[in-house]
Amino acid sequence: MLRQLEGSKAIAETVALCRPEVVCAYPISPQTHIIEAIGVKVKEGSLAPCEYINVESEFAAMSVSIGASAAGARAYTATASQGLLFMIEAVYNAAGLGLPIVMTLANRAIGAPINIWNDHSDAMAVRDSGWIQLFAETNQEAADLHVQAFRLAEELSVPVMVCMDGFILTHAVEGVDLMDQESVDRFLPPYDPRQVLDPDDPVSIGAMVGPEAFEEVRYLAHLRQLDALDYIPVIAEEFERLTGRPSGGLVHPYRTEDADTIVVALGSVLGTIKDAVDRLRDAGERVGVLGITSFRPFPIDAVRRALAGATRVVVVEKAFSLGMGGVLATDVSMATLGSSAVLYTVIAGLGGRPIPQQSIESILAQAMTSELAALTFLDLDEGIIERERARMARTRRSGPFAENVLRDLSHPREDRS
Amino acid sequence: MFQVRIHGRGGQGVVTAAELLSVAAFNEGRHAQAFPSFGSERTGAPVVSYCRLDDREIRTREPVMAPNAVIVQDVTLIHQVDLFGGLVDDGYVLINTSRTFEELGLDDLSERFHPEHLMTCPATELAMEHVGRAVPNAALLGAFAALTGQVPLPAIGIAIRERFHGAVGERNVAAASAAFDHVTREMEAAARATST
Repeated sequence: MLRQLEGSKAIAETVALCRPEVVCAYPISPQTHIIEAIGVKVKEGSLAPCEYINVESEFAAMSVSIGASAAGARAYTATASQGLLFMIEAVYNAAGLGLPIVMTLANRAIGAPINIWNDHSDAMAVRDSGWIQLFAETNQEAADLHVQAFRLAEELSVPVMVCMDGFILTHAVEGVDLMDQESVDRFLPPYDPRQVLDPDDPVSIGAMVGPEAFEEVRYLAHLRQLDALDYIPVIAEEFERLTGRPSGGLVHPYRTEDADTIVVALGSVLGTIKDAVDRLRDAGERVGVLGITSFRPFPIDAVRRALAGATRVVVVEKAFSLGMGGVLATDVSMATLGSSAVLYTVIAGLGGRPIPQQSIESILAQAMTSELAALTFLDLDEGIIERERARMARTRRSGPFAENVLRDLSHPREDRS
Repeated sequence: MFQVRIHGRGGQGVVTAAELLSVAAFNEGRHAQAFPSFGSERTGAPVVSYCRLDDREIRTREPVMAPNAVIVQDVTLIHQVDLFGGLVDDGYVLINTSRTFEELGLDDLSERFHPEHLMTCPATELAMEHVGRAVPNAALLGAFAALTGQVPLPAIGIAIRERFHGAVGERNVAAASAAFDHVTREMEAAARATST
């Protein structure tokens, strides 16, 4: 049923339809509304049988999820930012053990400096953990991806992280067509574990593996990720037949067929970019955008095919690797290897910095006239950077730079150092 | 697309107002997107929320930078935060007050915008009368409906009742209706003054 509701609420409703048996999470903005709403459902009995387990930290939340999943329960959790970092050892363990936990990541920046707003630093920090990472463009897709995530996770025995932009999606109220129980049940069969801790048929899970087999075990995990590249489009097609919605899949191309310039991005910023693409198309420019839904596994062949006709590729991403540049852009460069396309990286939206359509149009105009730098930080305040760099050159004890920048912003003309 | 920015203070239902407006438009078959300015909201701190209304899918995720209407729930924000930044030339201003724009020191607004698009409404008084609490948001939505015609008053009422059940909902609907009537009377009076 199509309803106008907060993104977090849409996720809670959808997760409940997936019949999780154990939910264990620790609150952190901007994920909190999701788990609060699920907690209420368990408490009032509308989500049953399900155990909601309160814990003291994110490390415990993921550890409980691991235990629940290993015991054969469908397990769900959610986190963001520092919460994800706090559970990171268990995040790797969940993947290494091949336990099909589903986790919502309400994407948020990582400190220091402390910042509660959206970017993709948290998802990128666990890029190599072995979790499948799916990025949602809208709240509709975020809800739909959760249903697909349980199916994908349990079919392949791999954990799946659904990444949705914190605040921008989690706190946005918009129309979401919620599935009904019958449709979800038809799409998502009961969990049939590939491995389970069963007293009647005992096994141990979590062996120590030495140099004689570690590479093979890791390679098998890699192969499962590659299997997901085949399976993700299959379940997306099945989902579309069921709901009529093209949610999920590996990539979402938009007006890329004859495009010379193609933008590549993850998540909710794709909406703003599509509006920019339409405007530039109206002005006669041949531009398109490629949304990447499956970031891990990275759909290198699908990306290569989508970008095959482009002469310029502009990767817009909400995270970066300090001392290097784009993270997504590095992956995209593997897909465009051997092509003559020029690759640009634009870092945007860090720590909740708005990404205006006008700024997107401006960088695309620069790319199309070859004026764009290979690595650009969108709407960077150069004056502030210069002031702090000058202060550091002038004074040994120049002080903490986050505080200096904040002071410079509130006193634009006065140089206090 | 019609874009609304709502200014108020934490605890005044600023975020709820944007959500209710979006639900009202949604129930009328339109596309709507409501979202708060994301921050560490605290009671009494300045809070901003946004609502976009359109007849087609809303894809953009940029903040509302050029609103078609600004609603000010708390007059103590005037001259404290940039309330009217980016407001389009034919934009609307709706302020919760029983004073006039001149008394608030906002005379310059009538030079920048259409005078008939500038409106005040004693929403807190109406809320005290009908709801019994100083929550001006529902009343301001009624006033907004009268001023802009973007959503019909009954749709606002349905959205309020969906969110607040029972007597609380009914009292807020009454406050919204009273504010709608107040603004309608003000607009009729202004129209008569112009035509004579």
